[in-house]
Amino acid sequence: MVAAAETAVNGEAGTTALAWIVTVLPLVSFFLIVLFGKRLPGGGAWIGIVAVGAGLVMSLVVLSHFIGGGEATELSEDWFRVGDLRFELGQYVDGLTAVMLVVVTTVSLCVQVYSLGYMRGDARFTWFYAVISLFTGSMLNVVIANNLLQLLVGWELMGVCSYLLIGHWWEEKENSDSAIKAFITTRIGDVPFLFGIFVLIVATGTANIPEITGAIGGGAISRGLLTAGALLLFGGAIGKSAQFPLHVWLPDAMAGPTPVSALIHAATMVAAGVYLVGRMFSVFVNADPWVLTFVAAIGATTMLIAALLAMIQDDIKRVLAYSTVSQLAYMVAGLSLGPAGYTAGLFHLFTHAFFKALLFLGSGSVIHAVHSNNMSEMGGLRRPMPVTFWTFLIGSAALSGIPPLAGFWSKDEIISTAFHEQHYIVWGIALVTAVITAFYMARAVLLTFFGEYRGHGHPHESPATITGPLVVLAGLSVVVGFLNATAFDVTLFSEWVHFGEGEHLPFNYGFAAISVVGALAGIAVGYRLYARWRERDPLRRLGPAYTLLERKYFLDDVYLRGVVRPIQYRASAAVNWSNRFILDGIVHTFAWTARQFSRLVEVVDRRVVDRGVNTAAGLTGFTGGILRYIQSGNVQRYAVFLFVGVILLAIGISIRA
Amino acid sequence: MIRLPLVLFFSAGLFSVGVYGVLARRNAVLVLMSIELMLNAVNVNLVAFSQLLRDTILAGQVFALFVITVAAAEVGIGLAIVILIYRNRETINIDEVNLLKW
Repeated sequence: MVAAAETAVNGEAGTTALAWIVTVLPLVSFFLIVLFGKRLPGGGAWIGIVAVGAGLVMSLVVLSHFIGGGEATELSEDWFRVGDLRFELGQYVDGLTAVMLVVVTTVSLCVQVYSLGYMRGDARFTWFYAVISLFTGSMLNVVIANNLLQLLVGWELMGVCSYLLIGHWWEEKENSDSAIKAFITTRIGDVPFLFGIFVLIVATGTANIPEITGAIGGGAISRGLLTAGALLLFGGAIGKSAQFPLHVWLPDAMAGPTPVSALIHAATMVAAGVYLVGRMFSVFVNADPWVLTFVAAIGATTMLIAALLAMIQDDIKRVLAYSTVSQLAYMVAGLSLGPAGYTAGLFHLFTHAFFKALLFLGSGSVIHAVHSNNMSEMGGLRRPMPVTFWTFLIGSAALSGIPPLAGFWSKDEIISTAFHEQHYIVWGIALVTAVITAFYMARAVLLTFFGEYRGHGHPHESPATITGPLVVLAGLSVVVGFLNATAFDVTLFSEWVHFGEGEHLPFNYGFAAISVVGALAGIAVGYRLYARWRERDPLRRLGPAYTLLERKYFLDDVYLRGVVRPIQYRASAAVNWSNRFILDGIVHTFAWTARQFSRLVEVVDRRVVDRGVNTAAGLTGFTGGILRYIQSGNVQRYAVFLFVGVILLAIGISIRA
Repeated sequence: MIRLPLVLFFSAGLFSVGVYGVLARRNAVLVLMSIELMLNAVNVNLVAFSQLLRDTILAGQVFALFVITVAAAEVGIGLAIVILIYRNRETINIDEVNLLKW
């Protein structure tokens, strides 16, 4: 992006021009690690860490532009043209972008440092770091993209990276199956997303996001098109952000290494869906009102069913996975409340990134120590692993919404906004989910860190590369909530991220009290049931309801029987047919042509080339055969030739004279 | 004073004898001797023309002396070759020494 092509829309680009460098850095580091990583000491991991670390510093510089109300800026360069359509490669940086840049680079940095310890000795260590870098770069590209096409590129790259990372240990069939499931399930969401992009391009004649937003603001687009566009875009968000009914990929994505789970579930991949809704929010707001109701319904459904599923999991990572689905649904529900919920939903995305990354990395530390994902084989770990315990506890409290930790501020804001906007059903479900959230996190903490150790061996605290990021993230989980602590009239975050006027609710102690009491109630129930270890999970007393949860509402079975299998059979038949009749036919035709051609070539070879060469050689041999008799070796005969020659010369000369 | 044509006929005869010896003789030593005859025929010519032209610096005679010297050297080398051939082949018959061929 050369300076000449800069087009600053709202103001001078200034320091925000760093944003695209932040994006390019991890992409460059990806190539460097792939090309040279194996030959470098440390497997090239430092390249990724340095790149994203530098990215973090620059992101903070970019964010500083918005402290005190900086204007949104845009930089772009022509990418290509199709007819009248101009596609750009550029960046659009507003407060939301800047905040996301910081979140992504922070979490990615923590994850990469953490992986130094967690992935040590892994067979594909270098490749792991390469893909993590690419993943980070793709997400950053989604974040800064100033047009939908560029956003889509990053979006799809992330899909590929998630496939590669979830299937990192592909030696086990289960893992590569999960990778395929994640890829295909999100792909299903990507199709409507792509069509959503088409709709908006057709409606506005541009893919540029600020221009689309402007066109919508100017009332240039019919409400029907907007409704279609919003629904299709939301389809993409459903897939990427794991909303009902496409949430099924996310728990299976736990097959990947734990740092990957942290990256996918905290900062990249799943955040992209919510970010997309936030970025294209004017499409949603100006569409038919029932679109937002639909979004709210999806959010509310997902939030509750995922939280219920999280209650009964034994795999600690699956607890967190379902919790992620549920918290993402909080964000979606927050956004569905309209302009008032915009800040709340995205604030939850912001805070959630830190404490969910913390929880995943903490669970990874535990798994690293006990070599099992199952909480039934853990217990009592608070004594051998104090750092992991305390950081995990902070993360759990933040997720449960205990003040003054990060999760409290964001979650409370969503809940009170829901009530204020008279979405009482969303409000009720959010509250119930908050209680369940506190319950399952209490359960996870109690089963993992309290009681007697039930696993094998003697677990030890993890090395500093693992605990370091935990401490950093725990610190952040405590403080980031205060960026929008309405109780103390701190509204820094809503100055950065707001929609329209950005008015925000005054802090309501009554609602806060309700949610805190709800969270405490959840924890109390959890303590009551799980303070003492029982072989049989107390929730099994729920009977059929437990079975329903255990089978994940039979959704996987329905998908398998109803979608995967029929498609599989038909697809394999079709593939077989096309193989035999089309591909084979093409191959055979080529082979036949090649044979005929080679015959022709053979004839030419033999009749023309060979014969020519042979004739030349034969002629030479024949001539030589004759001429060699002259060279008899008899010196006197040579002398005769000489004299005859001289005499002939003499005669010749005398005749001419 | 001998007349020039007489000398030239003598020289031509001597040369022809030499040519015959070189071309027809089988004995390598005789071939070498015949070469001497041809060279001497040339010498005779040189001296005769030198006399005829009354050359003040006697270039013809001097040249003949050079030819005699070169002929001596040449015969030295020729006889050495003949001796080597004899040692290797127990013969000096030129027909049997057909080395200069393909």
